[in-house]
Amino acid sequence: MTYRASFALTTFGNFAMTGLEFCGILLMFSQVDRLGGYTLPEIAFLYGTAGSAFGLADLAAGSLGRTGQRVRDGTLDVFLVRPAPVLVQLAADKFALRRAGRISQGLVVLVWSAVALDVSWTPVKVLLVPLLVVSGAAIFTAVFIAGASFQIVAQDAAEVQNAATFGGNALLQYPPTVFGDNLLRGVTFVLPLAFVNWIPALYILGRPYPLDLPRWVAFAPPLVAAGCLAVAGCVWRVALRGYRSTGS
Amino acid sequence: MGALRLYAAVVASGLRRYATYRASTAAGIVTNTVFGMIIAYTYLALWDERPHLGGYDQAQALTFVWIGQALFAVMMLGMPSGVEAELMERIRSGDIAVDLYRPVDLQCWWLALDLGRALFQLLGRGVVPLVVGALAFPLALPHDPVRWLAFLVAVVLGCVVSFALRYLVAMSAFWFMDGNGAVQMYGIVGTFFSGMLLPLNVFPGAIGDVARALPWSALLQVPADVLMGTHPGRGPLGSYLFQAGWAAGLLGAGRLLQRAATRRVVVQGG
Repeated sequence: MTYRASFALTTFGNFAMTGLEFCGILLMFSQVDRLGGYTLPEIAFLYGTAGSAFGLADLAAGSLGRTGQRVRDGTLDVFLVRPAPVLVQLAADKFALRRAGRISQGLVVLVWSAVALDVSWTPVKVLLVPLLVVSGAAIFTAVFIAGASFQIVAQDAAEVQNAATFGGNALLQYPPTVFGDNLLRGVTFVLPLAFVNWIPALYILGRPYPLDLPRWVAFAPPLVAAGCLAVAGCVWRVALRGYRSTGS
Repeated sequence: MGALRLYAAVVASGLRRYATYRASTAAGIVTNTVFGMIIAYTYLALWDERPHLGGYDQAQALTFVWIGQALFAVMMLGMPSGVEAELMERIRSGDIAVDLYRPVDLQCWWLALDLGRALFQLLGRGVVPLVVGALAFPLALPHDPVRWLAFLVAVVLGCVVSFALRYLVAMSAFWFMDGNGAVQMYGIVGTFFSGMLLPLNVFPGAIGDVARALPWSALLQVPADVLMGTHPGRGPLGSYLFQAGWAAGLLGAGRLLQRAATRRVVVQGG
């Protein structure tokens, strides 16, 4: 926090950079009234929920994206000899509060959409929103951990991880009706990104789910998140056990 | 003649340098392909709603998406991370003073190095996403090899404009010392005005007119239109003139800034 001006500038930069994606959506809606059958407030709701969840995960675990670099330059070994979990050290390494720019931008759009939406808010729907954001963040965090494990094995795969994390975030900003069924199956059953926001958000919006899933799955995200974190944790342990320093 | 051989060697060294990062190139291809898929589907939805939006039919809109992914790393259409980072580091550390004493032109040297990088990115990260896009979606790619040649000329000119813009960003390090803020600002402005968000011909009203006149349209919009033959009333020659005009103007501005900066270096040196 020493460099206040620089902090302010980079946080604003992060805010503006992520806001740019929403500008793209606004530009689209300057030409059409609906996209994939969804109105602007509805898409803004998807955008805001995905952005807030991803922003939280990025703040907590975004530094894991640099794992491959740590493996290559050998500095991962330093973490191994310290008496604290390696995963926590890696996540806390270069912890950048400026990433809060992404969260605040997501929240701004989320709040605006919640006001602009034509939805009859019930207590269940209202409670589902924070539940959605927190479980969504947990699912994205699991993806970050799995990606970091993959980077220990593959050494230089930061961009593949970006495809899953940043790409997933970009995907979830648009309604599922935009995408093909095979892609929807992939992000529901293989890499369960659909549970980050799509499924609970569609319940709130009163929209049909992709792939004719039953209504109650809207409340599954916490379970899915717990499962994802458990799997990611196992993968991480296996990857770390197989790790040999660059020297050997 | 000797100078030409020297710069050819620099281009080759730029190409070789980036060719070393094979895993990173493969990972970049995956990223560009994934983003291409996502954007392609959203464009399909958009053009379903408004056929012939911006004068493109659906196939042309999809082609624009995949050309954008193919040129993403070549033209640095997102956050820039090319030679300008290295140049700024040399300015910050003061190594630039040594470079200024070398018997080669500073700007031409870095341009050659950056063209080598761009050439590698075109082959390494450009071809595969375009091929995947063409297999997955019906694209409006021309069969005429002359059109492809014309496209390559527009790409080369676009590369020069891209470098000239980033050289200006790098020169700002002489004044700010820490160039991260300038790089980030450039990334935001460049992403918006290059057409990565949405083709510039879809931008509404006056924003569209301004966006199409700015140098960033030389990076993606102009090459894409040359390839698809959709440059309204301009033709390939007009497009080249537009790109070359910006290239000359921006390179000239970079040179002026460099001269002003070098005077400062002398002053700082005491």
